Amino acid sequence: MSNMAASRGLQLLTFFQGCRRCTTALFLFNSKSVFFRSPYAKMTIRRICMNMPLHGKNLAAVGPEKYTEEFIKKQIEQFNLGKRHLANMMGEDPETMTQEDIDRAIAYLFPSGLFEKKARPLMKHPDEIFPKQRAVQCGEDGRPFHFLFYTGKQSYYSLMHDTYGKMFQIQKYEDHFRAKDLFSKDEKQINLVGTRWLTKEELEELLVESISTHDYRRFIQLMERILCLQYCSTEEEYILKFRQKLEAQSKKHIIQPLQYDEDGIAFIEGEGRRKAANAKIILHCNGSGRITVNGLNYLNFFPVLQDREQLMFPFQFLNRIGQYDMDCTVSGSGRSAQAGAIRLAASRALLSLVTETEAESLRQAGLLTADPRIKERKKPGQEGARRKFTWKKR
Amino acid sequence: MLLGIANFSDLCIFICGMISYVLLGTQGHKLLLRPTLFVLSAHLWLKNCRELMPSSYNASRFDQPVEASVWLKNFRITNERFLKQMKTQQKYIWSKREFTDEGHPLIEVIDQGLTRVKNASDSVGIVLKELKAQCQSGTFKLVVGVDGVNALWGQTTLRKEDKSPVCVFYVSCTIQKLRLLKTGPSNNGAVVATVTQTGSLFTPKAAYLPHELLGKDGFDFLDPFLPIQVTGYSEREFESCYQYYKDRHWIQHEKAHTEDGKKELIFLSNRNPAVLERICSFL
Repeated sequence: MSNMAASRGLQLLTFFQGCRRCTTALFLFNSKSVFFRSPYAKMTIRRICMNMPLHGKNLAAVGPEKYTEEFIKKQIEQFNLGKRHLANMMGEDPETMTQEDIDRAIAYLFPSGLFEKKARPLMKHPDEIFPKQRAVQCGEDGRPFHFLFYTGKQSYYSLMHDTYGKMFQIQKYEDHFRAKDLFSKDEKQINLVGTRWLTKEELEELLVESISTHDYRRFIQLMERILCLQYCSTEEEYILKFRQKLEAQSKKHIIQPLQYDEDGIAFIEGEGRRKAANAKIILHCNGSGRITVNGLNYLNFFPVLQDREQLMFPFQFLNRIGQYDMDCTVSGSGRSAQAGAIRLAASRALLSLVTETEAESLRQAGLLTADPRIKERKKPGQEGARRKFTWKKR
Repeated sequence: MLLGIANFSDLCIFICGMISYVLLGTQGHKLLLRPTLFVLSAHLWLKNCRELMPSSYNASRFDQPVEASVWLKNFRITNERFLKQMKTQQKYIWSKREFTDEGHPLIEVIDQGLTRVKNASDSVGIVLKELKAQCQSGTFKLVVGVDGVNALWGQTTLRKEDKSPVCVFYVSCTIQKLRLLKTGPSNNGAVVATVTQTGSLFTPKAAYLPHELLGKDGFDFLDPFLPIQVTGYSEREFESCYQYYKDRHWIQHEKAHTEDGKKELIFLSNRNPAVLERICSFL
């Protein structure tokens, strides 16, 4: 077939350029034959029934399948081949090449000046690029495969049916025990700490079907009901499929190591940013609360009380006022932003001197979160970011 | 009173006249009992003045009736018992019908200034002149405190009616004070003056040495003086100030009474007396 002809040629690279929504596969190789993607090329003629979407955009009713299973398989083969070629080119081991290495190699070979990250050349596994498609739902004679096809949301309703079936099983199990008088209330419950229910978007992704908020809420209610049952641990596996683990935020913070200067006093460096102000501080551990900013005393540098209160906040929170000396350099933006930058830098530096619970409380207090607010861009046709020009009636 | 002068940091306090009399700290308050002590704030007089009238005494100079009357009121309250003892040494004619005879208590001059606001600045001048004369004659000791003496040689924002700037030396209060501050050989008193940047106009923020703030004229005028540098509060001083504020109920916040609250105050003010006062005033 034409596919096979293409692969016989020397393929330098296969990569998928363009944004993920409108994927066009380009094949770069020396062979004479050029492959044009055509979904109907290999497919035998099949009648695909079109079902009208009940409401909104239904992933089920995309129309004729854009990407057949063979097509996806083909893409995966070519991706793997391309990966080996790339590894060969870059001098890396093809067995241990990770996605990060691929990204780096592509960025090196195809440097792009585009600002939009999604518009740059990328090479990823086809599963990540092509959206998940539903398999064909109706047979040759037009009869659907799934018994709930005519509900319109077959995956959702089948899921609800399965879940209810599980609940029914648990109840039967309980009744069984109750009949024998062995019903115990001290059954081990499922550990749900550190997990959360799947969000609506994640559930949609799982089912490859769009669901409404009402449906989602019904599903969650059903799961909660199951959890109320005493013997729900029998179906633990099934329930945990729908739970998402929460990442521990505190692991993201980098703790600076302690350094020692000439006199043997420990000091820590910290950096902080706020708006356009950059601050770098050196926190000395045996101090008496002397703070110098850009060579000046902090009282002279921040004559406003509010700024000094911001400086004091991390130390006050930990009840360690007056125990440290600080030497700061700060530049950019205004006085309030500079104070905020120094505060963030001080909190980050203090992380290395503090216990884990205190670090967690620092994080909860918001001292370690960098304030993401920046000056909003001025738009053309307006006087400022939001302010419009004076409206004149005539 | 002396504490009131010492409450601004980054300044130099210098003393002229008899050095042995005025020292800051514990010795200072003993002086309050015997001589008179009065404090002038030179900065306040030489900026943001609402009414500037031509002087009744000398037409080329300018008067400040409002500031003068306020000062007279304060002076009278603080130094009343001394003023009753002191007598005028010459006759002063205020207008066609009003005059103060020789030998009358100085209080009458002050009252005259308070009742007739137009004559307030003149009465200030008279009071200063009398005090200086009587001090020199040796009847009692005099300690003059001037806050922000560098204002007397600095620039002013005062303007005449036609918006042309007024030179400092054309304001009558300046002339009066300068006369007072001039030291003579047989001076029976002392002057405690402070030089500050906080209230002065057109001076850079970092300036705090007397040379920078006074300028050449001022420095030469006050020349034989003793500069004393005042830094922020030490631990004991801070403690005493803090206790004082607590006693006077300035510090209202419950948390400020705790140990942690005290540490916060130290941090926020960096032991600077002026800043501490400003913070505690609304705490």
